[in-house]
Amino acid sequence: MIVPLIEFKDINKSFGTHTVLRDVNLQIYEGQVTTIIGLSGSGKSVLLKHIIGLLQPDEGAILFRGRPLKEMSKSEIASSTRQISYMFQGNALFDSMTVYDNIALPLRETTNLSKKEIDRRVMARIEQTELNEAAHRYPSELSGGMQKRAALARALITDPRIVLFDEPTTGQDPVRKNAILSMIAQYQRKFNFTAVMVSHEIPDVYFISNRILALYDKTIVFQGSPEELSNFDHPFNDEVLRSLEGLQKELTGLYSRRQFKILHHTQMQSRKSGESYCVAVFDLAELNAVVPHIGYDKAQETIHAMGLYIDRHFGAIGGFSTRRKAREFVTVLPFSDIAEAEKILNEFVDDFHENGIRDLRANAQKDDASENCVEFAIRAGIAEGKADDDIDSIVDSARAQQKEIGRLQCAVKE
Amino acid sequence: MGPDEKSLNGSENHENGMALTRPFALIGRKVIKGINILGSATIFLMMALWNTFRPKQFSKVVHQVYYIGATSTTIIMLVSLFTGMVLGLQSYHALIQFGAVGGLGALVSLSLIRELGPVLTAIMITARAGSAITAEIGIQRISEQIDALQTMRVDPFRYLISPRITASIISYPLLTAVFDFIGIIGGYITSVLLLGLNAGVYSHSILRNVDMKDLTDGFIKSIVFAVIVATVCCYQGYFVHMRGDSKGAKAVGMATTSAVVISCVLILVSDYVVTSLLMV
Repeated sequence: MIVPLIEFKDINKSFGTHTVLRDVNLQIYEGQVTTIIGLSGSGKSVLLKHIIGLLQPDEGAILFRGRPLKEMSKSEIASSTRQISYMFQGNALFDSMTVYDNIALPLRETTNLSKKEIDRRVMARIEQTELNEAAHRYPSELSGGMQKRAALARALITDPRIVLFDEPTTGQDPVRKNAILSMIAQYQRKFNFTAVMVSHEIPDVYFISNRILALYDKTIVFQGSPEELSNFDHPFNDEVLRSLEGLQKELTGLYSRRQFKILHHTQMQSRKSGESYCVAVFDLAELNAVVPHIGYDKAQETIHAMGLYIDRHFGAIGGFSTRRKAREFVTVLPFSDIAEAEKILNEFVDDFHENGIRDLRANAQKDDASENCVEFAIRAGIAEGKADDDIDSIVDSARAQQKEIGRLQCAVKE
Repeated sequence: MGPDEKSLNGSENHENGMALTRPFALIGRKVIKGINILGSATIFLMMALWNTFRPKQFSKVVHQVYYIGATSTTIIMLVSLFTGMVLGLQSYHALIQFGAVGGLGALVSLSLIRELGPVLTAIMITARAGSAITAEIGIQRISEQIDALQTMRVDPFRYLISPRITASIISYPLLTAVFDFIGIIGGYITSVLLLGLNAGVYSHSILRNVDMKDLTDGFIKSIVFAVIVATVCCYQGYFVHMRGDSKGAKAVGMATTSAVVISCVLILVSDYVVTSLLMV
């Protein structure tokens, strides 16, 4: 049995007469991205602050690699918490210091590295988080997104083994939110740290999370994978997930994975057994390779625009779409057989060549006068299934049929 | 008398008893709270002083000496000049009635070195730098910057508190010396240049009456005031989030006001206590 990296056992926490956490039990595993979801004010940040020791529980035990913190010596606790870094909801950047000094602070104060080595490491992080222009500016002179990136750079400067993110996307627009989540996911893969994140961004966090913890009514009501959460039967689903997903639909035009599943199920129930329908799968996987050249923001703007374009085209003829993976869209054409679906897809491809590529390119090159471009392919595949077939197997068939439908150029960031 | 009436009378007696003891309970609570605060402020000071001797503190202390000390020099010079001038003016008119104007230099210099120098310097620095220290640390507390330091394993006492207290202990005596010197020049301007007292009489009176003990006593006082003011101002800012009367920006404002008021009162109270001890 795998020993959790961090485990809460019957944690209770109150502030005065106000109980915030009641009998909280949870496990966080090494190397995974674990996301704590719940409504605002439900105690998610309080829970996170217990992990790093900013708050102490009134009752219960916190275990680190199976050992209760209470039984550890001060030096053992210090050595455990030294591996943890924390990114605050409000960034908590020192407003009297430049971005460079903010990022350098943990190294200057807690290590004996030379000035040259500190400079090398700080500049590397500044480069990775696309903050070159902001390095010598003060936090108050930066946009919200840049402040987030500065806080992220500071959190990662000591190469922590565990990083806690307290609502890293608060106050960002939908594109920037996805850019930050995508950056966290990429860093998590690159440095292999354990990420614990508090977020409202449903379903976007599902794409980067291995495990979801649902905090509801002062306690953890669900622990499991994002897929398992879609089958979770609990008032949490009605009160929390639906309200957050509804907002997401309004912002992106796409259904959440759970809404998509429900819609698909409802549609198929009204169909006769054996009646056919089609599924199209669109893929921007090659975008991954060009992200370092075009930047996270531009990549997310492209994905967002592609999602809107697919929804607009297929939504008009009764189709419904979802974002299945970070760079994959799935569209159900409930009333089309394969011949008709191919015709619709061809029309989409023609329209995409005529207008879509131009729109996406304009979007991707917005505010950028660069002459240098990188190119990546957009692929699509289509497959037919029966009303009583498993949607996942039809999606797999559609994936197997994918072929290139167009290439998109994005300006390289200067 | 029925049982109900008895119980009614019993409860009335109880309430009367409570009303009598309530003022004592209130005083008791205030005293206990005061002792608690005094205890925690003492621990706060000890932790800050302990951290002074840890590595990487020198540059922070130098920075704070510049901020608390060097940038306060102009205002201290201005205040001390006019304090010395008015002291010279008042003393001249008082002493001339008794034909004792020859002691003017001693009166001005001893007043400044023993009392006015350390006290007014401390009050001026409290108003200028002390309030800023409380506001700065308070804002860092409410914007989670102090929590951020803890998560980065940077000890807030070492990083924020200790340099400010150490820098105050260094700056106060230096600024007091500046105050004393400029104040004596102020007295000279009024009595010698404006009122025609002999310059030799003025300076001879100072040299004859001021001894080393006067100077050291003044500096001891300024060090005591430095510790009190820096501790009060840092403490008020550091624990701004635990104030019961307000939260957020309002709490920072109230903490700053409290820091200045408490510091000024403690400067005057401790001045009396230290003076009494030094005169024994």
